[in-house]
Amino acid sequence: MLKQNFCEIELQNPLVLASGIFGTSVELLNRAASNGAGAVTIKSIGPVEREGNPNPTVVEIEKGLYNAVGLPTPGYLNMDEELKQWKDINVPLIASIYGSSIEDYVNITEHIQKFKPAIIELNISCPNKDDGMVFAKSPGLTKDLVKAVKSTTDIPIMPKLTPNCDNISQVAIACEAAGADAICAINTVQKEIIHPKLKAPLLSYGKGGISGPVIREIALEKVREIRDAVEIPILGVGGVTYGKGAIEMIKAGASLVGIGSGVYLRGIDVFEKVTNEMKDIMKKEGIGSINELKG
Amino acid sequence: MHKEYTVKEIIRETSNTQTYLFTGKIDYKPGQFIMLWFPNIGEKPFAVSHLKDNEFGITIECKGKFTKGICNIKKGTKVGIRGPYGNGFKIENNSIIVVGGLGMAPALPLIQKIKDSTIIQGARSKEFLLYKEDKNLIDTIAKNKNKIIYCTDDGSFGINGFTTNVLKDIINNKTKIVYTCGPEIMIKNVFDICEKNKVGCQASLERFMKCGIGVCGSCAVNDQLVCKDGPVFSSKQIRKLTELGKFARLKSGKKVPIKEYYGYRSK
Repeated sequence: MLKQNFCEIELQNPLVLASGIFGTSVELLNRAASNGAGAVTIKSIGPVEREGNPNPTVVEIEKGLYNAVGLPTPGYLNMDEELKQWKDINVPLIASIYGSSIEDYVNITEHIQKFKPAIIELNISCPNKDDGMVFAKSPGLTKDLVKAVKSTTDIPIMPKLTPNCDNISQVAIACEAAGADAICAINTVQKEIIHPKLKAPLLSYGKGGISGPVIREIALEKVREIRDAVEIPILGVGGVTYGKGAIEMIKAGASLVGIGSGVYLRGIDVFEKVTNEMKDIMKKEGIGSINELKG
Repeated sequence: MHKEYTVKEIIRETSNTQTYLFTGKIDYKPGQFIMLWFPNIGEKPFAVSHLKDNEFGITIECKGKFTKGICNIKKGTKVGIRGPYGNGFKIENNSIIVVGGLGMAPALPLIQKIKDSTIIQGARSKEFLLYKEDKNLIDTIAKNKNKIIYCTDDGSFGINGFTTNVLKDIINNKTKIVYTCGPEIMIKNVFDICEKNKVGCQASLERFMKCGIGVCGSCAVNDQLVCKDGPVFSSKQIRKLTELGKFARLKSGKKVPIKEYYGYRSK
C-alpha cells in the first residue's frame, strides 16, 4: 500500500530519515531502518574534519527545534571504515554531502560513489555555516554545481533547497535544467532567537534554523511551488510528525516525506507510527496506493 | 527553551573541582543529567550532585576550555538549564557503588537514597577524593547503614590500589546491583567483574553531547545514544556495546580509540 518508487529506487514506504538527524553512523541508520524508515539519510559529509559550532547547538522551542549544529563531519577521507559498512544498511541510503566549492562536492562524490549510496543529496542549504547557503540562494551557481556533480557520477543527484531565498522555484528549475534527478525541500528556516529572560542568543552561533511543526505550513507552500515549476520528484521535508501531515505533504506534490524533528517529538519509532497512521487514513478514504494520493 | 536559575553559592571541593549551588526546584532522578548554559560562554551536560527541596548543585572539574571558563564565574550569575534528560538509575538496596574521580558527583544523589550498600570511591591521591570531608555525606552514609571504602592510586589515603580490586573482594551472590560511574576503562572492568559474578550492573556513560535529546547523534555508542537511551545502561544493554572502553567519537563525529578521546577532552 505504501510502496514507492523514487529515481528508480524501490522503497517499502515513503518515509525518509531526514539529513542531520540521528544518522551519524551505520548502526544508527540501521536502527532508524528497523523502526520503519523507508530510506535513511546520513549526516552530511564534508570535505575536511570539522567540529561544528560550540554548544548550545540545539534547543527545544514551542512546536519544534532551533539548531545551529554547524555541519560537524569527520571529513570524507577519514571515514572509509564507516563507508565500507554502507552495504550493510537495510534500506536505500541517501548520502548527504556538503562543501564550500564545486570542487569539494565533486571530490566527495568521486570518493563516496565507490560505496554505492542509492542517492546523493547535495546539501547546499545549511543556514548554520557561514557559506552554507551560497549555492542554494543562487540559481546560477546551483546549476553549475549540479552539472559538475552529474558529470562525475551515475548515482541520482538530489539538491536540498532552502526556504531562505527569494525564489525557490527558480533554483529548482536550475537544478532540473542541470540534470538533477530529484529535489529535497526544505532545509530549516533561518531565525535569530534571543532568550527572553537571559537576554542572550539562544545558540552560540547567534542564529540558527527552526524545524518541526512550526515550519510545516512553510514547507507545504514551498513544495507546492517547486511542484508547479519542475517535473522531477520531490522529497518533501518540514514539520511532518503524524500520518495526516505526511499525506498532506504528498498531496502538496512530494513523492517521499522526510522526518527529522519528529524523531525528537515522537521517538525513533516515529516511522512505524506514521506509516500506521497513513495506512489507517488511506483505508478510511478508500485509497489503495501512494500514487492515488497524489491524484 | 532553558529555564532561568541563579548561582547561589560556590563551594571549593578539591584543588581542581568546585560545586555550584542553584536556588530553585528541579524534578531530578539520580543518574539523569541537565544541560547547563552559561549565556555567552557555552552549554554542557552535567549530572546533579547536590539535591535538596529548593536547591540543587553540580560539581565541575576545571580542566577543559569550557569548564575553565566557568570556574571563574561569580555568585549571582544567571544561568539557563534544559532537562533533566535521560533515564536515571533503578535503585536497589544491598548494592555496591563503584566510582572513580569525578564520577563521585553523579553518584551522590544515588548515595542519598540507597541503603545497606557499600561505596568504593577511588582517586589518583587523597586530595582528589571528592566530598571526603562533606559532613552531610558522612551523616547520610551512617544514617542509611551504608559503608564507604576509599582507594587511591598512590596509597596516600585508604587502600593503595584500584576500586576494581576491592570490588573483586567484596562482590558476592547477595549483591543486588553494582552501580558505576567514572573513567570508562574502570567502568568496563567493573562490568567484566559483574559478568563473572553474575551480578547486574548499571553504568553511567559519558560522550560528547550536543542536543541532549536524541536527535544530533553526537553521543552514539554503537546504536545507542547516551543522552536518550542512557546515560545509565544495564548489563543487558552493555553486552551489546562493543565500543565500550574501546572507542568514542570526537565533536566532529570521528570515531577514535578511547584514549585519544580522553586526551582530546582534557584540552
